[in-house]
Amino acid sequence: MFKQACWDEPIIFNLGKSGRRGHLLPTVEDHVKSIVGDLDAIIPQKMKRTNAPRLPELSEVEVARHFTRLSQMNYGVDCGLYPLGSCTMKYNPKIAEQLANLQNLNFLHPYQDEQTVQGILEILYKLERWLAEITGTYEVCLHPSAGAQGEFLGTLLIRAHHKMNGELEKRKEIIIPDSAHGTNPASAAMAGFNVVVVPSDDEGCVSLGALKAAVSEHTAGLMLTNPNTLGIFEKNIDEIARIIHEAGGLLYYDGANLNPILCKVRPGDMGFDIVHINIHKTFSTPHGGGGPGAGPVGVSKELAKFLPVPRIVFDGTWYRLDYDRPYSIGKIRSFYGNIAVLLKAYAYILSLGFDGLKEVAEISVLNANYLMKKLKAVRGLALPYNSEKPRKHECVFSAKPMKNETGVSALNIAKRLLDYGIHAPTVYFPLIVEEALMIEPTETFEKEEIDRFVKAMQRISEEAYGNPEIVIKAPHNVAVPRLDEVKASHPRTMTLSWRMHRKRMEQKV
Amino acid sequence: MQEIGIKDIAELYADIPEKYFLKKPLNLPEGMSELEVKRHVEALLSKNKTCTNMPTFLGAGCWSHYVPAVVREIVQRSEFATAYTPYQPEISQGMLQALFEYQSMICELTAMDVANCSMYDWASAMGEAARMAARVTGRKEILVPKIIHPERLATLKVYSEPAGIRVENVAYERETGEISLKDLKSKISNETAAVYIENPSYLGFIETQVEEIEEEVHKHGALFVVGVDPTSLGILKPPGEYGADIVVGEAQPLGNAMNFGGPLLGIFACRDDTGLVRQMPGRIIGLTTTVDGARQGFCMVLQTREQHIRREKATSNICSNESLCAVASAVYMALLGPHGFRELGENVMYKANYAMNLLSSVKGVKAPIFESTHFKEFTVNFDEAGLTVEDVHKKLLQRGIHGGKDISKEFPELGETALYCVTEVYSAEEIECLADAIDRILGE
Repeated sequence: MFKQACWDEPIIFNLGKSGRRGHLLPTVEDHVKSIVGDLDAIIPQKMKRTNAPRLPELSEVEVARHFTRLSQMNYGVDCGLYPLGSCTMKYNPKIAEQLANLQNLNFLHPYQDEQTVQGILEILYKLERWLAEITGTYEVCLHPSAGAQGEFLGTLLIRAHHKMNGELEKRKEIIIPDSAHGTNPASAAMAGFNVVVVPSDDEGCVSLGALKAAVSEHTAGLMLTNPNTLGIFEKNIDEIARIIHEAGGLLYYDGANLNPILCKVRPGDMGFDIVHINIHKTFSTPHGGGGPGAGPVGVSKELAKFLPVPRIVFDGTWYRLDYDRPYSIGKIRSFYGNIAVLLKAYAYILSLGFDGLKEVAEISVLNANYLMKKLKAVRGLALPYNSEKPRKHECVFSAKPMKNETGVSALNIAKRLLDYGIHAPTVYFPLIVEEALMIEPTETFEKEEIDRFVKAMQRISEEAYGNPEIVIKAPHNVAVPRLDEVKASHPRTMTLSWRMHRKRMEQKV
Repeated sequence: MQEIGIKDIAELYADIPEKYFLKKPLNLPEGMSELEVKRHVEALLSKNKTCTNMPTFLGAGCWSHYVPAVVREIVQRSEFATAYTPYQPEISQGMLQALFEYQSMICELTAMDVANCSMYDWASAMGEAARMAARVTGRKEILVPKIIHPERLATLKVYSEPAGIRVENVAYERETGEISLKDLKSKISNETAAVYIENPSYLGFIETQVEEIEEEVHKHGALFVVGVDPTSLGILKPPGEYGADIVVGEAQPLGNAMNFGGPLLGIFACRDDTGLVRQMPGRIIGLTTTVDGARQGFCMVLQTREQHIRREKATSNICSNESLCAVASAVYMALLGPHGFRELGENVMYKANYAMNLLSSVKGVKAPIFESTHFKEFTVNFDEAGLTVEDVHKKLLQRGIHGGKDISKEFPELGETALYCVTEVYSAEEIECLADAIDRILGE
């Protein structure tokens, strides 16, 4: 049976001893000190720090050991299956990591003279072209730091487009299906739009009737994920695109689920005007426990003029950074994007090529359908929305029957999976499925690992119907048992830093 | 395929309209072996010149600081690197504790109570701070100093405009570069949501009138937002000690390489005030216990502010952030400790001031142009020498040295001026070489 490491590791503030050091800085040369003079006399009295920061004082080995122990209480893709739906947790090739650690990248400053950074500019320029080719868009901007920032940029472009046409006052609505990721409405709202939600039909696709009823002269655009969060391809995409474009709106593609259609079909060909890509999903860069990712945005020719500056241009000999874009919306962050992440995507595309990427898509779909077929036989799980229809990269099961019959919820299943040494799928999403388990195996796990997952699900079902307590009280085999998440956010107990903890303890005394 | 009863994978794609399928291969490279990829990428990257073979005196939002070996080792551990956001806290305690420790150490450095576990970068953190201030105060105007990084200003405007927030600038004193209190007083009103200052400022000098500014801001019921370079906080007064309500900044210098400007690591912190904390953007890790109360543990908190629950009413759309960079910074802060931060601050300040000293003794050079105390960046003006920044830069480059950032177009009123940066990674010898080279160039 799986057992996660369980170090009784104190908070770092309770480690070490006064006076210890983990890192020494180079000495400042004496003649430098004598020329500059006493810093104490130079720093204005009222701007001096008088209370040293209460940071821990540790030796190097204590720091290394502490964080190594913490890492052992964490689960990553390298540990096993991580089937978070819509998150595309695939294996991250190690060569990409090595390349991103090269000095010739790490020590590059973004404001260096263009002639000293031709290598990296070439990589970024080519990556833009490849991503444009893959998405079927005209130009790609690499700036967004994550998918959500890509969405924010995308909705800003919709804004810029309508503003230029003098219609922004009127076009205030963005239409979003009820199965959409939460970032879609949040991004639309950040860009100043009102959100209009359209329901899904019995097949799990956008209801065309509801869509027609929702569009109007106020429509600014539609944000759509295709395949959607149920893993179902929006087969009416042609009609959807026509309805939105005829109403004067733009079509936005949420690229979280691009993996299953890679090099098969392209969002641009389906009529999407703006596409974001989650580099840390589809293009296999590690997610780092939350980031950094990258969320490039591809656009149609008409929208390219609005992209943030600078744009990378190539005159046949030299790569340059072009700031002279009068219609640009400006900037959404400093510099040019999460370059170290983008370099890994460059290496990934280079490794796989067109045929390899197409195979990625196909195997991811095959794996998801295999997994779905197997899970359909598990007692207590139901597959809502046309259970005979093939899915793409992911499938969404409902644990509602199991909950009704045994009291074991989707959350309990998720926690029990951890006991089997498998990360849980996404739970309670999409919102349109009760007790949802959203499962995406990706192409990088072999049949045996998927079978291990299926077997774990079967056993959990057996446990639920035989001895539900063991599931309801899970997890048992990871670093800590169930955590009190309500207490964590309760105003009286909420502790968001060690400083807050200390203050609270001092008050108690 | 047998198991699911298909003969061809194409059957799984049968619901996609035929017309969308690609008819011919895309214009993409052929796949390559690992060794070929390695050679290819290494060859391209070797076309770059870097700080390691060309002393580069650039800063302005991305800085060359030493990254200790331990930091690199820890962030390469694949349990951290290949994990997703810690949605299942029980199996992700390592990442959660590391991020809580990052938040806590940022709080100690800035003297604030609450920090989130990262924003994309300083610029976008500032944009989010403006939006947060508008939500908290119900007001729609942000005042920023005229001396501000143009990229941060551009980002702030892009984040502010859709929320109907106006960004106004406050003039500076010609002698010192510091904010003109007179202009601030004339512009601030009961419609001001927040006043933002940077310390050290974009052009490297220390803003000293913090108490006067704070008084003015709070008198008008606005929020005081301060942007910081955390490498200064071992020796400079932290914003929490002069009344900041929100602190933003860039933690890339704490253990993260420059990587041509990304990923960066946005700091976002605030006071322990429910009205503020509940309006914060981004993920926050909190301390809790197990359900049985027996053990301490960590999990994400206040998720009801976030997009996956609140959807269009969320405080921000941010979800993926820069967690692994935050872990790097946590390791860095733990390695340095309070003494290390003091030494880092002193080291940087000595080196930068030494460079100013040598450069200002070159005939035709004024360094810095403001009569203020400078931390690690400073202005260098070539007006008296009759040369442009561009002229000097090109000649330095021929000598294998990269000069500072040309700001003559950003601030035309400051003449032919560049922004130079010196950190602990530069030796006195390299600084002397720079001064010597400029002396020769100007003497030609």
